[in-house]
Formats: sequence, structure tokens, C-alpha cells
Amino acid sequence: MTNPTQDISLRHQRREQGLMLALASPALLVILTLVVLPVGWLGWQSIYHDGFTLENYRRIWSEDIYWRSFLLTFEISLLVTLLALLLGYPIAYAATIVSKGWRVFILALVILPFWTSVLVRAYAWLALLQRTGVLNQFLEYIGVIDEPLALVHNSFGTVVATVHILLPFMVLPLYGTMQKIPNELMQAGASLGGSPSHIFWRVFLPLSLPGVLAGATLVFVLCLGFYITPELLGDGRTVMVSMLVSRNVELYDQWGAASAVGMVLLIAVFAIFLVVSRFIALDRVLGQK
Amino acid sequence: MAIIFGSGFAGRGLLAVALGLFGLTSIQAEASDQITFVSQGGAYQKAQTIAILDPAAKKLGITINQDSAPDAWPIMKTQVATGKPTWDVVDVPTGNCLRGGEQGLVEKLDFAKIPNAAAMPETYRSAYSVAYEFYSSVLAYSQKKYPADAAPNSWADFWDVKKFPGRRALRNHPFATLEAALMADGVAPDKLYPLDVDRAFRKLEEIKPNVTVWWTSGAQSAQLLNDGEVDMVMAWNGRVSALSNEGAKVAFTYSQGILQSTSLCILKGAPNLPTSISFLNEAVDPVNQANLPLHIDYGPANPRAFDTGVITAQRAAQLPSAPENARKQALMSYAWWSSSEGEAAEKRWVAFMQK
Repeated sequence: MTNPTQDISLRHQRREQGLMLALASPALLVILTLVVLPVGWLGWQSIYHDGFTLENYRRIWSEDIYWRSFLLTFEISLLVTLLALLLGYPIAYAATIVSKGWRVFILALVILPFWTSVLVRAYAWLALLQRTGVLNQFLEYIGVIDEPLALVHNSFGTVVATVHILLPFMVLPLYGTMQKIPNELMQAGASLGGSPSHIFWRVFLPLSLPGVLAGATLVFVLCLGFYITPELLGDGRTVMVSMLVSRNVELYDQWGAASAVGMVLLIAVFAIFLVVSRFIALDRVLGQK
Repeated sequence: MAIIFGSGFAGRGLLAVALGLFGLTSIQAEASDQITFVSQGGAYQKAQTIAILDPAAKKLGITINQDSAPDAWPIMKTQVATGKPTWDVVDVPTGNCLRGGEQGLVEKLDFAKIPNAAAMPETYRSAYSVAYEFYSSVLAYSQKKYPADAAPNSWADFWDVKKFPGRRALRNHPFATLEAALMADGVAPDKLYPLDVDRAFRKLEEIKPNVTVWWTSGAQSAQLLNDGEVDMVMAWNGRVSALSNEGAKVAFTYSQGILQSTSLCILKGAPNLPTSISFLNEAVDPVNQANLPLHIDYGPANPRAFDTGVITAQRAAQLPSAPENARKQALMSYAWWSSSEGEAAEKRWVAFMQK
């Protein structure tokens, strides 16, 4: 037995899906040729060099430097994610509750740095934080310090600049989730006698968690691959995984040694996505219909 | 990415094409009358064009097509692997030529056909390459921090944090850094090779707590010194002299500098091999070589350049390869660095940095 109305709606749905696929196909083609094929090619090179070999992976497994770099990279990424969350949450929250004019202003401030190159921002932090930089000179001028503080060329400088660069990736998904939380729920909470802080902790915060998870995942994953910022603001000893990739191109004289490092990082990122997606439908948070 | 220069040769190119229309033989003649030369771009390549490439092209009556690649090595490999390289002559760090020779990527040179190179010191060439220009890794310092009468003058001084308090930077790379460490430990500049790698790393451990930054690019080394972020740094001579030309209170010494070079080599199966060989001879011609330092702070690779009268005594005193300065320095052995020992030392570097 078929229900004619259901049949029509099903057909409509199919046709819509087909249309969507057709519309998306140029983008899919671009992704295929510019992302999937090169990554596949690199993956192939990491296991094939005059015959199949796992040498490149054995090296990563057995040499300490890779472990140390992966560990350091994950540590820094975690720290950056945490700081971005602490800074980003209040910003996104503020943007949700203020009037429209203020909201535009706040979001503009968040998005504006987006349009500045990462390199320029790294140098700007250098100008602000170095020994003869603006901040140290100011602190010396007002007499708080006698000796300039070491604010860059260490992991502190690296983390500060990285948080700054990645903050929009935290704020925007957070804001996206928060502004969809119905205000009536808070009103209902208030009408039942909940204090503002109680309502925030029991109603608003749990409902905003998908945004937290989405933002945190984005920031964490992006941070894993950072190269320019630690290179410019670190002291040279902050060897992140991306730096090992470039070093391996130089040292081993073949792409495979470098792409193996990249593949391990890629697999780690996929694993993270997999774990996170068990808790939350990422596609719903990142790509809202 | 490739930057093609040589617009000045457009006229001659047109002429060649016009001649080519008359028959196959002239097309072949045209093909052998040009080469593709590759260097590292920027101010350096422009300086060479005026000093060396244009005069060489004029004298040989050939067209020099230019290309540039900051890191030509992977492209060299790919081009030779295809069996039909488009590049002829490359100007690359000397180590690339040596490694290329070992891997069959560059042509062996017959120095009988390159008399200008044959007359150069044997240490300035290999079976596959001839040195093209010199630069040096030198000890540079802030004159604000260290007045002229109390300036550091050796790597032992650089290591001496009591006599020379201050912040330091070294290059985040074993090249020249291991050499400096050994000289700081008392090894004579001409007795460095084969490097005692363990001893060098031990000596580096000693200075590590006092190294604020391990720099990764030449621009960074200059910026660190210029901004007062560090007081003493190992840097390339051209970077430091550029700063002091701009008025920065910085100086450097050639004493115990590590003399490094780029070299010319010819890709295996280069399309214009005979022309490339005659070009090599012109490229290291004493007069052409002497013209180079008139346009940039690099030293000629052919010592005879200093006898041509083109370089004044005052200018020679500033150049890394001037005999007077070269005597005070160590000549980097690219042969050692591309040996298995050298490669092993290079691999140790990151582990040293992480600890």
C-alpha cells in the first residue's frame, strides 16, 4: 500500500538531493583534485619508494624526536584550545545577549583580524612583546619592571599569538549555537524561581555545549598544524610537528619521509574527529541547515 | 613561481627566431646558443645579472634564460628524473652539487675546458662543481653593548658569558654552528675536519642556556640584532653589513668566520651542455667575478678577481673571500657535510634542540 502524498514528497526529496549534488559537484571536484588526490599521492609516497616500505613509519615509531614533537604539539594545542575557550565564551555570550548594534560591533571585532595575514599578525606580536617592544617599554616607563620581561621567543609568545589567531574559530561556532538557544527557556527557568547564575549553569551552559565542542575541535585541529607562528615567535626549541615535516624534506631527500609525518598527524586528527563525533553530531553544528 | 628574466635579450631572441625560419640547421644553431641558468632570485640574482650574466652572454654571443628557485634541489631531482631537464646551469649551495654528483644528477666537469676554474684553488671546486661566490657565517654584535675596545673577536669570546655578558642567538642548523663550537673549544680553523661531532655538541650544551633564540632565517637573525633582542649572534656577513649600512649600531668580525659558498653545476642531460661549459668558464672569469661585489655584499669565488684592479682595497677589506679575510676564517667542507658522518650530525640536531 502506498500513500500518494508520501510518494510525491519522497520524489521531491530525491529531486532536491540530485539538484544539490549537481550544484555541489564543482566544489567536490575542486576538493578531489586539490585535496584528496595530493593527500593520496603523499600517502602513497610515504609507503612506496623503490618498492613497498614502512621505513618512514618505523623511524617515527622508534626515534624520540617524533614522540617529543607530537607530545609538545598536542600540549600546546590543548593549552591554546583551553585559553581560546576561556576568552571566547564570554565574547560569544556577550554577542548573544546585547542589542543588535553592539552585536554587529562585537562580531566585527572578532572577524576583523581574520582579514589580516597570519605573518603580519605574528610580526605585530613581535613588535608588541619583544624586549624593546611596546609593552616592555611601557612597563619600564611606569616603573613596574627594571629589566625587560621575556615575552617572546619562548612558548609564552607562541601561545599568545596562536590564541589570538585562532580565537575567531572559537567565537563563531559558539555564537552560532548560543543565538539558537530559545530565550523562552531562560524565562521559564526564571519563572520557576531560578537565580540568573543558576539558570546559566543549568540551562544555558548545557545547551551551548555543542558549540563549545565544535569550537574546541576546530581550534585544536588547526593548532596542530601551525608552522609560521611557532617558527617566528618561538625560540627554535619549540619544535612542532609541522617543523619536523619541513625538516624531513631537507634531511631525507625524498617526500616519503616528510609525508609519513603528515600522515600520522592526519590520522591523529581523524581519530579526534571520530571520538568527538560520538558525542556530538559535528555536521549539525558546523553546517547548519 | 618561476621568474623569467632576460627581457633584455628579447631582440636577440627575435632575431634567432627569424633566422630559424630559414631552415632546420639554424634552429639547431639557435638551440645551442642559449642556456637556462637558475639562481636564488631577489637582489642576489639581479646583482649577478649585471655583474656576470649580461657580460658573459655578450662575450659568448648567447642568450641566457633565467629562472629562480629559493630551493632548487627538489626541482633538480625531478627534472633529471624526467630524463629531459629544461635547466642547464644551477647556482646552488655547494652541498647540493656534491650530493647531485653522487646521485648522478649533475655532469662531471672537464676542467681542461674551463681554464678559469682550473686556475682556482682546488678546495674551491669538486669534480662536479666550481665555487661561484662566497659568504660567511660570522660573529656579529651590538656596538651599543660592546664598545670597539671590548668587542668579542672569537667563538671563545662568544662562549665566554662572564667576560661578555649579554643575550645570544645562534642559527637553528648544524652547518657552521658545529664548526663555531669546535673553534670555541680550541680547535684551529684549518684543523676542523672531520668534525668531532660529540665534542661539538658537548660544547653547544655549554652555551645553550645562554642562547635566547635559535634563528631559522637570515632575516630573523638581522631583526634580532637590530631590535636589541640579542647582543651577539652568528649571522651571515651580508645581513649584518646591510644593517650597518642602514645606520644600525652593529658590527661583525671575520675572525673565525665560517666561509661558505654556492657553486655552479650542470644538470645531467642538460639540453645545452657545450654552451653551459663555456658559460661556466665565463661565470668564474676574474673580471666578471670582480664585478659581483660592486653590486652586492658577496665575495667573488675566484681569488684572481682581487688582482684585476676592479675591487678597491677598501672594498676588499669588507669581503669574505678577500685573501686577507679568508686567512682568518675556516673554509666549510661540503664534502664532509655530505658524507654519512655529516648527514648523521645533521640528524642529531633536532634531538639536541628539543632537550
